[in-house]
Amino acid sequence: MTFKRPYSAGLTALAVGMFAATAAYAEPTVNKGDNAWMLTSTVLVLLMTIPGLALFYGGLVRSKNMLSVLMQVFYTVCIVTLIWAVYGYSLAFTGGSDFIGGFSKAFLKIAPEGKTILDAQAATFSADVNITELIYICFQMTFAAITPALIVGAFAERMKFAAVALFVPLWVTLIYLPIAHMVWYWAGPDAISAALKTFEAATDKAAAQAVFDAAKTAFGDDQGWIFKKGAIDFAGGTVVHINAGIAGLVGALLIGKRVGYGKELMAPHSLTMTMIGASLLWVGWFGFNAGSNLEASGGAALAMTNSFVATAAAAMAWMFAEWIIKGHPSVLGALSGAVAGLVAVTPAAGYAGPMGAIVLGLVVGVVCLFFCTVVKNALGYDDSLDVFGVHCVGGIIGALGTGILVNPALGGTGVMDYTIGKIAEYDFAAQMVSQLWGVGTTLVWSGIGSAILYKVVDVIVGLRVNVETEREGLDVTEHTERAYNM
Amino acid sequence: MKIVMAIIKPFKLEEVRDALTAIGVHGLTVTEVKGYGRQKGHTEIYRGAEYAVSFLPKIKIEVAVASDQVDKTIDAITSAAKTGQIGDGKIFVINLDHAVRIRTGEADAAAL
Repeated sequence: MTFKRPYSAGLTALAVGMFAATAAYAEPTVNKGDNAWMLTSTVLVLLMTIPGLALFYGGLVRSKNMLSVLMQVFYTVCIVTLIWAVYGYSLAFTGGSDFIGGFSKAFLKIAPEGKTILDAQAATFSADVNITELIYICFQMTFAAITPALIVGAFAERMKFAAVALFVPLWVTLIYLPIAHMVWYWAGPDAISAALKTFEAATDKAAAQAVFDAAKTAFGDDQGWIFKKGAIDFAGGTVVHINAGIAGLVGALLIGKRVGYGKELMAPHSLTMTMIGASLLWVGWFGFNAGSNLEASGGAALAMTNSFVATAAAAMAWMFAEWIIKGHPSVLGALSGAVAGLVAVTPAAGYAGPMGAIVLGLVVGVVCLFFCTVVKNALGYDDSLDVFGVHCVGGIIGALGTGILVNPALGGTGVMDYTIGKIAEYDFAAQMVSQLWGVGTTLVWSGIGSAILYKVVDVIVGLRVNVETEREGLDVTEHTERAYNM
Repeated sequence: MKIVMAIIKPFKLEEVRDALTAIGVHGLTVTEVKGYGRQKGHTEIYRGAEYAVSFLPKIKIEVAVASDQVDKTIDAITSAAKTGQIGDGKIFVINLDHAVRIRTGEADAAAL
């Protein structure tokens, strides 16, 4: 979502000109409190990736591959940051087609006419309340950075660094940017809200109706494809987690199992690191989810509350289920459950009520346990760090769960309809169909697109290291370093 | 001269050291080792991946003693390291041909 000044200004001028309306279009304001919260959220999301995700993943691999995981995650953050500034933000968050934006803001050319880039503003979910666009750019940048970093867990311990170095920029460009545009791009609420006010103030309703209808059409046209379908995704269940999760599964399948998988001991080398990483993920996730509210308001507080309770519920569900089934409560189980809960609550964070979020957490904890153990073992694929079982499966449960839990009757917030200026009537079937569009589109786009990209990378640099290199470990062979010299 | 080599449970190391000190044996070498005997390994489970861990962590101690000290040494180690459970370990006695103290050049009995 981004704010398109010329469009709304033009519409306002039109409305004011035609009706000399008294409901003049208010100049959007930037609230320093909102800006402060979004600056904070942005660095919190960076904290999720480095060192949070890096340590969470790093602890789970064998010590000979520790640095390779840290490096792949750190590389991803840096390369995506550059891509984002050069063209990524523009392609994701400007208008264009339903599927991808344009290059109008490439190289961060965002300065409004006659002003500097400091004056550029981005819309929030409230009409006439903006934040500084540079903050919005950095906030979304951290989302783009963590998503491909999640994928590396699926093919950890066997992918060439050169392959990762090539795959990540391609994937962000051709998979992430379109999905982010399809799910999140809209023109913001300012123009439609102004048009609604003008319409309501108009004395000649018949004449005003035509103008308002035109405004509604313009509003409806200028949205991403999945956004148009009505799918709701508060903080990135589809864009981030399903997207990365399915790409990970496809990668694990195409690259093949690690040498010795299923026969040799591949125990995590440091669950202590994994615990630190999972905890940093949880802390950082408040920026991810509560920050996605874009304003330091009640909505952010709701997202924060949900991110607490759903996470705790999922950790407990996984731990107790494992205790009952396997006889022991494991640390890795509790941590995995917490991450699954965070994934599932991501799309629901600002829509579900806290009790709904707890139910969502309990469900996802058990289902992801089932996928990471029973299903993975039955199908025999080697998704090293369970990117699919946690992120894709958790993301799908979250996306569908959001469609249910947004229902005000279940304590949800309902969905704002800006064309009527209030919460829309909840329709279970319609909302679930919308959610399925979001899930399905992401699975197909990312699943097929990633498969093609892996093949392209394989042809150019080769995906996989040779057997000796894999036995030796990627740290010494690919990076000529050891994680631990003790 | 003999080398008395014992594989013991790691948490018994301090008791064994105390017992050896009490009978006048000063100085021993300790190595962290892994192995298995009658005490089988255990199973570790990480997100549904089950691994049979056959080799258990143990401590190997090596102490060089005069031949007439061997029985006392064995008794001291046995009584200190024993829990009565499987996995208490084993003691091996090996002939020692020659010993030199590096600092002084003293040899054999004087070097122990």
